[in-house]
Amino acid sequence: MTDRNAFKQRLDAARARQGLDPGATKPAASGGLPTGNWGIGLRAGVEVVSALIAGAGLGFALDRWLGTWPWLFLVGFMLGAAAGVLNVYRLFSPRKGAGNVDDGKD
Amino acid sequence: MAAEGKAIDALHQFELATVFGPVGASVGLTQSNLFMIISSGLIIALMIYGMRPRAVVPGRLQSVAESAYSFIDDMLLSQVGPEGRRFFPFVFTLFMFVLFGNMLGLFPYAFTYTSHISLTFALAMLVFLLITVVALALHGSKFFGYFFPEGAPLWLAPIIIRVEVVSYISRPISLSIRLFANMVAGHVMLKVFATFVVMLGALGTFGPFLAIMPLAINVALVGFEVLVAFLQAYVFAILTCIYLHDAVHLH
Repeated sequence: MTDRNAFKQRLDAARARQGLDPGATKPAASGGLPTGNWGIGLRAGVEVVSALIAGAGLGFALDRWLGTWPWLFLVGFMLGAAAGVLNVYRLFSPRKGAGNVDDGKD
Repeated sequence: MAAEGKAIDALHQFELATVFGPVGASVGLTQSNLFMIISSGLIIALMIYGMRPRAVVPGRLQSVAESAYSFIDDMLLSQVGPEGRRFFPFVFTLFMFVLFGNMLGLFPYAFTYTSHISLTFALAMLVFLLITVVALALHGSKFFGYFFPEGAPLWLAPIIIRVEVVSYISRPISLSIRLFANMVAGHVMLKVFATFVVMLGALGTFGPFLAIMPLAINVALVGFEVLVAFLQAYVFAILTCIYLHDAVHLH
């Protein structure tokens, strides 16, 4: 009865994938972000630039509002730089709990 | 057009103009809007006509529709988990809209609406507002614990919280800049090499032979751009899923 076993295995796999069996172990996360050299490099660059824009923009907006130009802009720039480094660090450190939500890793 | 006055005008293709003469001008309908409508129509047509046969063994159009559906479904399941299912309509719409925008933009005379930061930033803001609202609705005030990782020394809190907040705010910016920059860069490169073909082609006897080189590069670039068009739509969708995962599970 190998056929029947094969069907049961596939059914179990499908049920586990759809999250219908609460006790079942989840399959490892498939897919994910592209990991080519160029992909990683461009992503890191975009992360740094966007964090800088966010930090400096926030500081600039607060400056406009409070009339403290240029001090909050400078602080925001530094915060943006730090956030950019943090973003790049997150990019390279393995993401916690991606796809294997309840195996105790997150 | 591009080679007018011996100058390379690669950015002209991104300029907005109204279509349909005075009718379009009076309502402010630009090519960008036109192509948004076209791509929405194509997506709806694909899903409606593709799924009309409801065959057990799918035909061509039905298998395209089904694979698009299961692609996003698998992505949500593996990245967010089963509870991510409820976001399927949102992520699917987003993915198809960006994918069709990128792909339609590669056709001659077409306009790439994803090459405008106003559109990509609007989409990214939509994602950003959604993940913030979802995180607040699911976790309430515990959401703010997201900005201060457990186990960090308390005296560092003023710095860490601010840096984390800036990092969180940078999400929609990085999401929109990535898509926008990729599409603009690709189309500018195509335009520049296409201009080289025209310029070299007009260069006397040997010109047409020299023009083969940029032409070959352009042929390769078009293939590369198809890859980028799909990849950027995929990256946009998967980053949305990753952010949704963070919002639902909150680390």
